Amino acid sequence: MITLENVSHEWDDFSLKNVSFSVNKGEHFIILGPTAAGKTLILETIAGFYVPRTGKILLNGKDITHIPPEKRNIGFVYQDYSLFPHMNVKENVAFGLKMQKLPKTEVEAKVQEIMDSMGISYLQNRLPSTLSGGEQQRVALARSLVIDPEILLLDEPLSALDPRTRESLREELKRIHEVRNTTTIHVTHDQDEALALADRIGVIMDGELVQVDEPYRVFNEPVTEEIATFVGVENVIQGKIISNEDGVVVVDTGKYQIRALSNLQKGEVNVFIRPENIILSKGKLESSARNSISGKISRISQLGATFRIYMNNDLSALVTKQAIEELGLKVGEKVYASFKATAIHLIKR
Amino acid sequence: MATKKALTGVKRHSLSLIFLFVGSLLILFTILTLFNMIFRQIVFDTEGLLEAAADPEVIDAIVLTLYCSFLATVIAAILGTPLAYVLARHDFLGKTVVESVIDVPVVIPHSVAGIALYALFMSRSPVGGAFSNIGVVFEDSMWGIVVAMLFVSAPFYVNAAREGFQSINPRLERVARTLGASQWKSFYKITLPLSVRHLFSGAVMAWARGISEFGAVIMIAFYPMIAPVLIFYRFTTHGLAGSQPIAVLLILICIGIFILLRTSSKYWEKKR
Repeated sequence: MITLENVSHEWDDFSLKNVSFSVNKGEHFIILGPTAAGKTLILETIAGFYVPRTGKILLNGKDITHIPPEKRNIGFVYQDYSLFPHMNVKENVAFGLKMQKLPKTEVEAKVQEIMDSMGISYLQNRLPSTLSGGEQQRVALARSLVIDPEILLLDEPLSALDPRTRESLREELKRIHEVRNTTTIHVTHDQDEALALADRIGVIMDGELVQVDEPYRVFNEPVTEEIATFVGVENVIQGKIISNEDGVVVVDTGKYQIRALSNLQKGEVNVFIRPENIILSKGKLESSARNSISGKISRISQLGATFRIYMNNDLSALVTKQAIEELGLKVGEKVYASFKATAIHLIKR
Repeated sequence: MATKKALTGVKRHSLSLIFLFVGSLLILFTILTLFNMIFRQIVFDTEGLLEAAADPEVIDAIVLTLYCSFLATVIAAILGTPLAYVLARHDFLGKTVVESVIDVPVVIPHSVAGIALYALFMSRSPVGGAFSNIGVVFEDSMWGIVVAMLFVSAPFYVNAAREGFQSINPRLERVARTLGASQWKSFYKITLPLSVRHLFSGAVMAWARGISEFGAVIMIAFYPMIAPVLIFYRFTTHGLAGSQPIAVLLILICIGIFILLRTSSKYWEKKR
């Protein structure tokens, strides 16, 4: 378990202001924030390259604020992977174990084991410059995991990859986490990544940690308008796939069922629906929309020119002032929220 | 039709073509100067060249030049590598001043440098006096040659080394630290191997610069004679015929050594 207590530090173009959070053992914690110079600096502070001006960092209850990086046992994977260009894949992976001065046979065995499990054994004699982005990322992960770190720090691990590789590596990260259960702190600006992988999300804005919550709460109940704008005011509903027939999936949310298009076959999912894709009506609609869910309006809030209508069915819709007047929408009113199966985005949880 | 096409082609590339022509004049100037001397010497006065090669005074001067410059380069590397690393990795108040100081020897006249060195290192001065107490004398000695060469050649090494260190992403060192390497270990295992090519070429440049030094050296140590001093001496006493063979010999030896170093470093790199 790692804890930051009131950590503040200033750099030339970024500062951390009183950042406090704890990451539990085995947790995958994601720091989500807009693209900016700062997120890498948080990780570098945790890794020990900066001593914060004020505040403390505790690892398993022990104050490590002033302990040098090499004595922290914290693994680091940079966005650009930072593989040692003069060493081949195997030497890269073995580096940490060699620093521990382990016997040669033990180094060899551990290196082979991790390379096998990451599916990179066939690359072992290649130099980093000959590898693709995805391959480099696997090597960087293997290199940091082989020392069995107390904490694994991931700096935008997927953002430099092409979309297909990104998807497969996201699954890989998930699998690794499930197998090894390494406590992970992961920074990203990508919301899909955060939702797919995070146990909890900390939203950072202008150097301040503004919300720490479970993923669906960050997206459904952002505590400030700034966060809402950043996360894009999505509806996120948790559910479970109960069937998939020819790509049409039925997701059970506990309260109702949603039809969506996906090639996922089963499992827990996050269902995304953008509020602007939801149509509100007083009666059930006869339309091509596959979903029409009833609910009562619980709250109406203004967002610039539009209004966001919150319902007690965990959905919210964006409508214009004119629509509110014409339909006579007010709190307590019963409405139907309709949306097409194609407007839904499913992400495996 | 074809000529018209060719013409428009010439027109389209006119800038490159003119630049290429003007640029080749400069190259030609260098080649012609050296080649003229070497060619004439070898073809028209082979005997003179062989005579010079057999002259112990000439051989001694050349060996002394190579050796002193080598010592100066070693000192530049020992003192300059840490300096270059600090300049590459850290920002501090007065850094630009330090960087300018490093470059000063390149821009001041070398006879001026020689006078300044002499004033500092002569036995009558406090610094020179302190050294002479431990038996190191600079006036008309090998050490005088070495400090003069060091003064003029150190910037070449430091600048090359700094560029080398700057070209290495500090993240590599940081990752090494997270993997358990101390600062020293990560310097030794990551930074040094990755910058060795820059350090090596910096050393070769510094060495070459040391060999070519004349102005600063004669002010502090006319004797023992290094090759450039001997060449100057023979030129003033024996004229072109007496000095050119030594000059050609020195240039051939230097070119030979540089080619050897270049190819060996390339081979070394390939092997890795």
